[in-house]
Formats: sequence, structure tokens, C-alpha cells
Amino acid sequence: MSKTIVELKDVYKTYDDGFTALKDISFKLNQGEFYTLLGPSGCGKTTILQSIAGFTEVTSGEVLFDGKRINDIPANKRQLNTVFQDYALFPNMNVFENVAFGLVVHDIKKDEVEQRVHDALKMVQLEKYANREISELSGGQQQRIAIARAIVNRPKVLLLDEPLSALDAKLRKDMQYELRELQQQLGITFLFVTHDQEEALAMSDEIFVMNKGEILQKGDPVDIYDEPINHFVADFIGESNIIPGKMVADFQVAFLGHQFECSDAGMRPNEPVEVVIRPEDLVITTPEKGKLQVKVDTQLFRGDYYEILAYDEQGNEWLIHSTNATKDNSIVGLTFGPNDMHIMRYNESEAKFNSRLESYED
Amino acid sequence: MAMKKSFKGLFYTPYILWLAMFVIAPVALIIYYSFFDIHHQFTFSNYRVFFESGTYLTMTANSVLYAFLITVISILISYPMALVISRLKHRDLWILLVILPTWINLLLKAYAFIGLLSRDGLVNNLFEFFGIPAQQMLFTDASFILVAAYIQIPFMILPIYNSMTDISDSYIRASSDLGATKWQTLTKIIIPMTMPGIKSGIQIVFIPSLSLFMLSRLIGGNKIITLGTAVEEHFLTTMNWGMGSTIGVVLIISMVVVMLFTNTKRKGRRS
Repeated sequence: MSKTIVELKDVYKTYDDGFTALKDISFKLNQGEFYTLLGPSGCGKTTILQSIAGFTEVTSGEVLFDGKRINDIPANKRQLNTVFQDYALFPNMNVFENVAFGLVVHDIKKDEVEQRVHDALKMVQLEKYANREISELSGGQQQRIAIARAIVNRPKVLLLDEPLSALDAKLRKDMQYELRELQQQLGITFLFVTHDQEEALAMSDEIFVMNKGEILQKGDPVDIYDEPINHFVADFIGESNIIPGKMVADFQVAFLGHQFECSDAGMRPNEPVEVVIRPEDLVITTPEKGKLQVKVDTQLFRGDYYEILAYDEQGNEWLIHSTNATKDNSIVGLTFGPNDMHIMRYNESEAKFNSRLESYED
Repeated sequence: MAMKKSFKGLFYTPYILWLAMFVIAPVALIIYYSFFDIHHQFTFSNYRVFFESGTYLTMTANSVLYAFLITVISILISYPMALVISRLKHRDLWILLVILPTWINLLLKAYAFIGLLSRDGLVNNLFEFFGIPAQQMLFTDASFILVAAYIQIPFMILPIYNSMTDISDSYIRASSDLGATKWQTLTKIIIPMTMPGIKSGIQIVFIPSLSLFMLSRLIGGNKIITLGTAVEEHFLTTMNWGMGSTIGVVLIISMVVVMLFTNTKRKGRRS
């Protein structure tokens, strides 16, 4: 296992007006991995970033860097760098001067500054832009310069605060690949903050899903997507159908008046639960063959699939992704296998959730 | 389209009239008068006298020196003050307190200072209380410069303060994040980024300081003859409007020069 580089221990952040931005945050970041803090705006993800960068003081708890407590160390003495949401490129300096800033303030020799700025610009494929003014760059180029400026100091950890949010969809996708590649090339830890679940799923080694100042679930993208801990995570990550049900026994769940075989266990008999089925796991078939019958309401063509909205007899909404179109207002059957369902308990803590999963998996 | 244009013209008219009557016409008149001597004869002698007799050149040098000192002192006081105020919680209130004195008539403020600085004024009373002998403060260069700087400080603080509040917090954070100390952030980020504010402050303060005739008379005790006092003398006492206008033209030209020097347009730098 690789070395822990950043650690947060029982961190709380409460503002003067009583608002609690962070509640009992604890996690470890290993060297050379790509982490993402994912959550809606105002969930505290940027506050975590700022407390690691040194822009905000935590109310209690410890922030450790390389094993040492850094709570009281000012931002300019911390060996990590930040890529800001608005890039914060200094408008009074050109590209070279911006990237060189972190070296110049450390009194590094001119030849070395030039070499390192050149290398950093090469990393982001903008080595020919050294003499440009910031105002002459496009949004995507400014983004790259901001990254070059942040890596020129060779930090052990790079913090990225929603860096892709100002770019258009196509550029954002390209930058996702590039950031991932850059992180692997540099071999340093990235802590990436975003509210975009697609970004998080595409790039991360590990995702921390946050809401209201708490980390709800940690895990790799596949685990988080396939086994969300609760309604919020299931709803926030990807699209999902969430239906209330009842756990009849281990591997047996009942909802909408039917009993189904499932792949989850470890709950009390007849415990009320929520069942998650992802839209792409539902298969449309004839009403007779279907496990459930729904009436198609609307269909949207999404390019690579149709997004079909349907309602069952009880009036629950069903979202289905299908490569084929179906007829509006027709009754169709839906099938799904035991592994397509994921069962969630109400108010289960992450620790209990993980140990329960371990108890019956593998 | 034609209708729209005439409609637009309606809005321009007051401004153009104002400009013509109160800016272009007076400047044109000043230039016109500067070419006539005291006997209403067309002449260049006013300019010759200005540049040949040492009096006027010394006067100009004096005015520039005083205006320069007043401007520098205002910057030295205003910049840190603006920096502190821009970081305060109730900064709008504090900046209002800075602006407040500008609502009081200049003459009134000048008389207030006479009261404070005179031989048996408040300041000397305080000095005596602490056992320091009374000083002659009124009618000295130092008191003139300090009072003038006091008058000008709000006009210097405002543009600097505005340019400071325009700086996004993330620039300061970025600077510190990259390892800059507070001092480096101030000299490499904050000061260069507030340069436009400093420059407009200089524009607002320097030119009026060249011709502060009321203060030089009341606080400087008429010992300090600046271009302003000379203009006043020529128009009101010696009735030599031509010479007065010539000094006016010189003041206008120096204003243009200052404007050019403090042009905020950023030149493309190359590293």
C-alpha cells in the first residue's frame, strides 16, 4: 500500500453565524492517486480543499501533511498547490511570468526558472505561448496555464477546485482525459472537487460523495455507482429508479406487490428498504414476459440511447434507457436480474454498510 | 432610423452644450487671452517672459515640487489606509467616514486648521502640556504641505480603494498558494493590480495641487507662491489677464503631460 500524504482527522468547521460547513470529516489520501470530492454546491467540498490549502482554519480536528500537523502553517508554507475555479491567473503578468511566479518568489535562479517554466508549459502543450498575455488566451488555454503554474513548484499534492466548470462540454471531456494522463505522468496526488458526477466517475481512483458537510460514502467509481449507500448517493450519482420495498429475507426483496430474488443480504426480516435499479439495467419486453408492467409516457432521443419515461399501475415513475424506441402510451414489460437491483437500508452508516457488504460478498 | 437618430441627438445635446460652454470655450478663451499683453495688443511676449524671466520658472518648479510632495504624501498615507479599509468588515462605513470631510467647504477646513495650528491653537496647547515649547507652525512649508495632503487624501483613497475591492480574493490566495509571502503578494500582485487606481489618484490630486492658491495664502501665509497664486494675482490684482492666461495654458499643458504619463493602457511586455 502506498504512503499517506494528506490526512484529515475528525475535522469540523463552524462559521461565526453557527453554520456548520464540515461535520466529522476524516480521510486519508495516498501518494499518486486521483481523489474526487463530489457533491452538490454548498456541501462543503470546497471548504475541505481550502482547509488543506490553508485558506481557511478548521474549527477542530487535525489536518496532516506527510504525517505532520499543518493546521497552523500558513498557505504559502504548505507544499501543495491549487488550481482555482476562476484560474486566478495574474492579469498584470504574461504567461511566462504567471507560470514562473511560484519559482520567482522562492528566489530560484533564472536559468532554472526558464527550464522549469518551459517544462511545465510543455506538460500542458502550450510551450509556444510563453510570451502571450493572459487576455489573449481562450478559456481552455487559461485552464492549462493555471495547471502549469500549479505544477511548476513540483507539489506533492495538487488541489483542483472545479477547474473544468467554465469549459464547454467537448473541451471538458478532452480535459478529463488530459488531467488523468497528467496525474499519472506526474505521479502526484490529485484532489479534485466537482459537482459533476460524470467527471468524478471518469477520472477518479476514489470518490468521496458529500452532502451537507458530511462524507456519505467513499469508494472507487464502480462501487459507488453499483452500490450506493443511500437515497442521496443513488440519486446524485447517475440516474436511478428508487422504489420503496421490504426485505422479506436474505436475498429476497418485495416491492410493488411482487417478490424478487436479489443479491443483497444482512438486513432484519421484513425491514423496510429502498430498491435502486439503474435505467440502463431495465430491459423492455412484452407485457407477458415482463416482471413489471409499465405504460410509456414520453421518450427522448439522447443520441446514443432513448430515454423512456413510464409509469407503473401505482403511479411510480420509471426511467429506462434503451437503444430501441418504443410506442408512446403502449404497455410494456420490464425485466431485470437479481444483480441489477441494489438494496439500501434507511440511515445506515458507512462503516455498517461496508461491513454488511463484506459479510456476504465473495 | 432617422427618427431614432434625432432622438439620440436629443440626449447628446445637453452634454455637447455643456462641453462647448464650460470646457471648450473657456480653454479657447484662455489660449486667446494668453496672446495679448496688458494693453490688449497681440503679442508672444507673455510666453517669452514666462520662459525667460527666472521668476516664473522658479515658481513653476516650486509648484511642481509642492504638488509632487503633496501627491507623494497622500499616496503614502492613502495606500495603506485603503488596503486596511478594503479588508475591514464594515468597509463601506469606513470609506464613508473618509469621504465625509470632502462635504465640508474648503475654506471652512482651512480656517479650522488656522485654529488648530496657530500660536495659541490646540496643537501648541497640547505641546505645552507635555512641556514642549510652542512652535510656529502656521505659515510654514510643512503646514502647507500637510494641510494640502489632508485635503487631497480622500480623492487619493477613493480610486485606490475601488481598484483594491476589484481584486478578486482568489488572486491573493493564488499568490500565497504559490509560496509568496505577504510582502511579495503586496509588491508583486496587489500594487501592480491597483496601479490604475494609483494613477487616477495622481491625476485627481497632482493637478489641483499645482494651483492651491487659497491654501497657500491661508496656511502658507502667502510666502509660498505657486502658479495658482500667480494666476490669482494677475487676474485680480495686476489685471494682467494675458500673463494670467499664459500661466493657465502652462497648467493645462502640464495636466495633459501628467495624463499621458499616467495613461493606464497596458503595454505588451516581453520577458
